[in-house]
Amino acid sequence: MLITQLKSKETIESLAKGKTFIINCHGCKEVYFAEHEADTLQKELCEAKEVAQIVTTDYICNPDNLALQLKKHKDTIEACDTILVFSCGVGIQTVADMFTDKHVYSCCDTYPLPGFQGVTPLNVDCGQCGECYLNFTGGICPITACSKSLVNGQCGGAKNGMCEVDKDMECGWERIYRKLEKLDKLDTLKYEPKVRNYWNPNEEIEDKQ
Amino acid sequence: MRITELFDKGEFVVTAEVGPPKGVEIDHLIKDAHEYLKTRVHALNVTDNQSSVMRTGSLATCKVLKDEGLLPIFQITCRDRNRIALQSDVLSAALLGIENLLLLTGDYTTLGDHPQAKPVFDLDSVSLTHAVKRLEEGFDLAGNEVDGTPPKFAKGAVVSPCSDSVDVQLAKMEAKVKAGTEYFQTQGVYEPEKFFSFMEKAKQFGVPVQLGVIIPKNVGMCRYMNANVAGVHVPDDMIEELKKDKERTKSGDVGVELCAKIIKECKDHCDGVHIMSLGWENRIPEILDLAGVAPVK
Ligand code: SF4
Ligand code: SF4
Repeated sequence: MLITQLKSKETIESLAKGKTFIINCHGCKEVYFAEHEADTLQKELCEAKEVAQIVTTDYICNPDNLALQLKKHKDTIEACDTILVFSCGVGIQTVADMFTDKHVYSCCDTYPLPGFQGVTPLNVDCGQCGECYLNFTGGICPITACSKSLVNGQCGGAKNGMCEVDKDMECGWERIYRKLEKLDKLDTLKYEPKVRNYWNPNEEIEDKQ
Repeated sequence: MRITELFDKGEFVVTAEVGPPKGVEIDHLIKDAHEYLKTRVHALNVTDNQSSVMRTGSLATCKVLKDEGLLPIFQITCRDRNRIALQSDVLSAALLGIENLLLLTGDYTTLGDHPQAKPVFDLDSVSLTHAVKRLEEGFDLAGNEVDGTPPKFAKGAVVSPCSDSVDVQLAKMEAKVKAGTEYFQTQGVYEPEKFFSFMEKAKQFGVPVQLGVIIPKNVGMCRYMNANVAGVHVPDDMIEELKKDKERTKSGDVGVELCAKIIKECKDHCDGVHIMSLGWENRIPEILDLAGVAPVK
């Protein structure tokens, strides 16, 4: 069971650059989604920003399903600069994987709750880190794509683009860098040092219950 | 003394690497340090469970070397300690008068002799540098005040100039400089051309860089590094040279000459040299002589 929390309104507003397409994923019983808050926030976004369309669908973590659901919006998406995704980390990564030439941003942070994880993802994974980094890393999850879950860039261990820990695995930070390079967005890597937060507030809620 | 003071004075800073033993017999290390290194290098890096192989601690070894009148550089990796232990060890270093740090992410646990161990990586080289800087400003990573006069260190880091993804490495280098890195030591260089073009790009950060060299002992070692060690590539002609004269290679002479040649070629392009001798400390004076690097005191 996962829980997704919306990022702050300021953060989400700052992400909605240019023509924006919004995708909500409500499908999965395993994820608690802040439906009502997202709805209110998106209404405000429509007034302040250039929102082309809002689509609410399900199981976007499945690439085939995602492609099917978005088929009729193909032209609208084509004309957009940015895609904002309100879903768990897996959903966002699946969208980012599908639209490699768009700026795909995550509007939620994903936390774990005890229980089992929902639909098993095929290509991407979310470690439910609670402070989604995808907006800094071109939609590739540094927690699961890097063996050391590094959040401040590549370690010295990559050889021929492969990871020092597993020579059959492409270095996650190499992928992140190449993706941002392709999007001409390498500047997003120039952030202040990030320190991870391992304190999960939801665990305390669970404890108290 | 902080080695940043030497860079500031415009010295060509020479350092070498020593690895604590697996055990507490350290006499041999001290003897070698006195015999071969004391008058030839400014400071000695002490590795932190290098290659994820468990050994005696870096900090304790630094203190022993300091008491022997040598200048140690305390290497700290993020592999084995969380942010509480790391910050605590940094303060302990200050308490013991260790003023030089080299801050690393660290090799993964499975590369060493305890592959079952829990890899920590709570921080990484960048956030650890940031944490040390915060301590110098009088605060810990959680924002709590540190009592008394804050410590002051020379904060070093590493970079890989011959990496096959040198642009990704340069991005990381920039992040390190931003976080507070004051000097760099590089991964072992065997390709001067690549080093020159790296230095061209690294210049913009305005931070001193020491060329890193690893003595190429023999063909087997070079082949091993080419296959397994990130950012290191020994070119074919160098391997050929090691192959040619088996007797001289066996005695180490060819490797020593090749190493000196790299330093000689690169020394005008950087601010110092860092020698990784992997047990061949006794050859360091010869290498520096051949490379035309004068004794330090
Ligand atoms: S950064 Fe990765 S682990 Fe963290 S919420 Fe996003 S997808 Fe999940
Ligand atoms: S080689 Fe790449 S994926 Fe592997 S630990 Fe280092 S940065 Fe992460």
